[in-house]
Amino acid sequence: MVEESGIRVVRCGGNKISFRAPIISKDSRYEFLLCASGDLVKVFSTSTEECVHVLEGHTGQVTGVILNPTNHLQVYSCSADGTIRLWDFIDGILIKFFLAVSKSVFVSPENFQLVALHLPKVPEQEVEAREMSAVLCNISSNPGSTAMGRGGEYVASVMGRQLTVYFFKKLKTYRFSLKATDKKGAKNAFTCVACHPKDDCIATGHEDGKIRLWRNFNQKKEYTYSTQHWHHDAVGTLCFTTEGMHLLSGGVESVLVQWHCEEVNKKDFLPRLGGAISHICVSPDGQMYSTSHLDNKINIIHCSLKLSAVIQGLVKGNIWTDLMIDPRTRALVMNGRPGHLQFYSLQQDKQLYSLDIVQQEYINQEGLDQFEVMRAAFSVGGTWLATVEERGRCTSDLESSLKLWVYNEKAQSFELNTTITAAHQDRIMHMCFSPSTETTMLVTTAWDNQFKVWLLGLDSDTQKEHASWSCDYVGSYHGLQPTNCCFSSDGSLLAVSFKEVVTIWSSDTWELLTTLCQPPGPIRELCFGRLSCSKYLLGTTAKNLFCWNLLTCSLEWSTPMDVCLLRSDPLSENVVAFSLHSGNTDLFVFRPSEPRPLFTQKAVCGGKVQRCVFSPREEPLDSCDERFQWLNRSRLYFLTELMELLTFSTKAEDERILNSRKQLLVDDSVAVTPFYLLLGKHRQQQEEKQNSGVSQAADRVQPPQASVAIKELLHTPAHVLPAASFLCSMFVNSLLISNTGSRNLQEEKPFSFPLCSGTNGQICWLGM
Amino acid sequence: MASFKPVKVQTIPKLGERVTEDTLYWKNYKAPVQIKEFAAVTKIEFSPLPPHNYVVTASTRIQVYGPHSLEPVRTFTRFHDAAYGGSFRGDGKLLVAGSEEGLIRLFDTGGRVALRQFTGHSKAVHVTSFLSDGYRVLSGSDDLSSRVWDVASGTELNSYTEHTDYIRAAAASKLNPDLYVTGSYDHTVKLFDVRVGGSVMTMQHGHPVESVLLYPSEALLVSTGGRYVKVWDLLKGGQQLVSLKNHHKTVTCACLSTTDNKLLTGSLDRHVKVYNSSYKVVHNFDYATSILSLAVAPDDKVIAVGMTNGVLSVRHRKHTEEKQEVLGKRRRNPAYRVFIKGKNYVPKQDDFLVSKTVKQHLQKHDRQLKCFQVSKALDTALEIWRRFHKPEVTVAVMTELNRRGTLKNALAGRDEQSLTTLLNFLIKYVLTLLNVALMIRLGDSPVIERLLQRLMELLGREAELQQELLQVLGILDTLFASLTPRKEVTGPAVPPIMQGSQLQAA
Repeated sequence: MVEESGIRVVRCGGNKISFRAPIISKDSRYEFLLCASGDLVKVFSTSTEECVHVLEGHTGQVTGVILNPTNHLQVYSCSADGTIRLWDFIDGILIKFFLAVSKSVFVSPENFQLVALHLPKVPEQEVEAREMSAVLCNISSNPGSTAMGRGGEYVASVMGRQLTVYFFKKLKTYRFSLKATDKKGAKNAFTCVACHPKDDCIATGHEDGKIRLWRNFNQKKEYTYSTQHWHHDAVGTLCFTTEGMHLLSGGVESVLVQWHCEEVNKKDFLPRLGGAISHICVSPDGQMYSTSHLDNKINIIHCSLKLSAVIQGLVKGNIWTDLMIDPRTRALVMNGRPGHLQFYSLQQDKQLYSLDIVQQEYINQEGLDQFEVMRAAFSVGGTWLATVEERGRCTSDLESSLKLWVYNEKAQSFELNTTITAAHQDRIMHMCFSPSTETTMLVTTAWDNQFKVWLLGLDSDTQKEHASWSCDYVGSYHGLQPTNCCFSSDGSLLAVSFKEVVTIWSSDTWELLTTLCQPPGPIRELCFGRLSCSKYLLGTTAKNLFCWNLLTCSLEWSTPMDVCLLRSDPLSENVVAFSLHSGNTDLFVFRPSEPRPLFTQKAVCGGKVQRCVFSPREEPLDSCDERFQWLNRSRLYFLTELMELLTFSTKAEDERILNSRKQLLVDDSVAVTPFYLLLGKHRQQQEEKQNSGVSQAADRVQPPQASVAIKELLHTPAHVLPAASFLCSMFVNSLLISNTGSRNLQEEKPFSFPLCSGTNGQICWLGM
Repeated sequence: MASFKPVKVQTIPKLGERVTEDTLYWKNYKAPVQIKEFAAVTKIEFSPLPPHNYVVTASTRIQVYGPHSLEPVRTFTRFHDAAYGGSFRGDGKLLVAGSEEGLIRLFDTGGRVALRQFTGHSKAVHVTSFLSDGYRVLSGSDDLSSRVWDVASGTELNSYTEHTDYIRAAAASKLNPDLYVTGSYDHTVKLFDVRVGGSVMTMQHGHPVESVLLYPSEALLVSTGGRYVKVWDLLKGGQQLVSLKNHHKTVTCACLSTTDNKLLTGSLDRHVKVYNSSYKVVHNFDYATSILSLAVAPDDKVIAVGMTNGVLSVRHRKHTEEKQEVLGKRRRNPAYRVFIKGKNYVPKQDDFLVSKTVKQHLQKHDRQLKCFQVSKALDTALEIWRRFHKPEVTVAVMTELNRRGTLKNALAGRDEQSLTTLLNFLIKYVLTLLNVALMIRLGDSPVIERLLQRLMELLGREAELQQELLQVLGILDTLFASLTPRKEVTGPAVPPIMQGSQLQAA
């Protein structure tokens, strides 16, 4: 992160929430799910799927979260920065802060030892924990391969083909080994381990998909194990339910398998949950399970195997498509789950929805060649979406299809309009929509040395209500391979680059107007200027950045620069160029009209910037510093080699975000109970009385909807009602007939203070 | 938890006729009723008044049929030789017909005996018709003359000998009692005005004219002859509007439908074609033999077609009420009642709703694929009915198996019979539907080997064909390239690099 005056590069959202196993906890009303997400701990509500709190403080990757065994409203988190923190996650407050000498609670990254750390009980907030003892040496770095058994009596760990069990009381270690392969040649290596909470039983998962249940492991010789086999690939994770009735397992197949511990052969399945299952956890009361998936997703599942909630983060797998901004929702659009496009809200750091492009059953099996979305493009208004899916990239027989989706206002989603199988004979490299409003036009360039123009045609003959797309023109230039295409801002010109040559075509007549060429090296990127600079065309080669003036058809300026990415801001004249320079990427912002950059920043990030996109701001900033004015109208997001989504943030913005976060704190509503109807209203009135100080006579009115209150009173069991003496005056009041004027006044604000009255009401009741 | 996505069956867009409203309208006729006459049916005409009886001229008889009866209501057998051109008066009460002998007879539709007999033509009279006032009859004869007769007195009023060949077509104007059109084998169509005393307009059809027809507005005239159907604009002085060439044999008859005035033409090529208002063929009726005459009842209820083998084919329009009746009957089935049981129950306000997960309906092969039973899924896809009626489903399942990488597993351990089925399917559809490279491991069997040989031959032939097509494409490309005018393009010439304008940025 390079600090500059007033502007800095920040990471924006999209942390992996399925990196470590989450935990589920409950306060009196709600159930929460806590998970490590980058250097934060996020608290989600399991009913609403919303992020309730973000526990900030760690400076490194959070490597584990665990509930405080003595208080279920507190949580310990450990991080790669070498600290352990104790939080109150209901209010999002840091309670304690332990400085560990070694790196983390479970596992230290250098030599992978399991250490026990004594957390001293001292009143200070910042504590240094020094007492530490090694429990097990040489363990796997995966926390799933270590488990505590039966209330902490022993710890089991697996590594390679060896299971190690250490008893804390006896201070004894038992090791059990398996042969490399059995008779059938199955791979026996351990992948994960889980311990029964009540019984002396250890379940281990293996690479060949077997699950072994170990018993009698407190003896060296007479241990036994039984084998179960369902998974066809390695068992990813194992977990016993709280009471130990069931064993849950999951793996690449993305099927949650519930094994019954009593009846060995009985299994329940919950298939098609998403990506490969990496963690399973169970809530302390055993009512809820959660499965974490490799595609950054957490499913919350009721114990009757019904899916109850899904928490989905930004999926960062292989990204082939460009980063795009959906003009409607302003969501970031890119490859999501296999065969899907994800629409990701950058403001809320939340996936809005995932659009199924391929519409085929995804087979969770490694090494299978499946359809993938390779290219996508939005039309200017966001009405049309074009996608290209491909299969058989490795083999010679390529299957690809071009799909065109139309936005359906009624259904509020994209619907498939046209499917063109094998639109080109080879891979489609690039495509773009025409920005002109009169015609809806799409241009695709492919490796088969052609570019094709697709047009939305209304079929007047058959009086069909919906139009479909068809090919309008096929263009080529001297049998060269087209690489890039770009429309001018008014849609009248199309620039297609063929190796070293840029050809300019008229989009009305499809005649070749002119060619531009600037050897050596093929053209990498093409980009038209916007607004007042629309007469300029920018192109990059491996060594140079060129700017042509299309009015004179001549080179305006050029500069030696290795530009790896070029993108223009749709709302201003600015163009951003990323250039790789000695391992780091530099950023240049300039206008095509003048070769002097408006803004430069060296070493924005390490490695090459993969993709970038300008996202229009909802309200423009008014930055006075002219160096940062390019950020006023839109925001620049870019994706690094390590799949990190970064953006530029100004000082003013940082402050605004900080302020908004403070306001976001505790805003929970209270369920409307009979108590609330009686007591809450009563409280509210009293407060009003105090605040307004109106005369006693005018204010003595019964609660609104008096009859309702009486009904509630009569229907509520006596043993849960407040004392009769407390209710009496109110009850009598409610029977009185008030004058209509005051009633109106009451009816205007029913239930207007649910928050404060609710909590107060409760306290009041307890106080009696 | 996402639901199982069934296999996508790729539908190939159907070439050929599109289903339009016109096709639906003209398809909505029952199967034709065949009535055998004694000889070729030369003329059919519907009575303009309900119940729309129609008069059929065939051989020496003129028969009147009711709209639904298969037996003639009335038969006139007073002709010694072949009768021609039986035609109703505007009120449907009188009937006139010419004959091979050159006599024209007038009948009352109620009686049997001829009321009048007009003599004067020296040769066969092929067309007769009432003029629109109902008191005069026009006739066209092989003696090159067309005459107008007075019904009351039975005398000849006018005689015009302007044509130079047989007159075989005539049509009287319905708006003006003094106008009529005749078509002749001398390739001309003439419009006669009795008041003027001769022809006022002559149109060159270019072929012997077999029939003429006036649109109800009488602004347009249709003439058929040879393979051509021509439409003339009378208001523009007989200018040709369109010339249609949709039949491949002589067009013998034409008529207009009542709704939308669609033109129908019948031809010796055994087709009746229906044209829309922009004179494009929208529908086609096929008949067994060459068609000589054609008529459509008012309201398009009946299409009657007369053919050379003496068969009169009558098509009745399906009733819309009949369809509804059928639907109503189906609704009364108990199966339907079971199907909708409880579906129309509206929950009351206080009801506690227990939602039941809707079970996804899957095809059999999808169900098997869901359970990863690949071999069974392939068996299902190759079932006889599916294989013959929905080969695209079979292909889709094969493609899906290939995508899953389990095609080999699905094909493993098959016996000769199932492999024969599979290979026969492949041979049948490999060129039309399949685009998958299918890998097949097979055991030894002479039958299988032979089939594989055939498959290989087929693929080899297809490869050759593709190569030839590419060659043709290349030839065409050169032809087109030489045809298009060469444009001066600056081409690949490299524009000079502007050294002066090179500026250094940053």
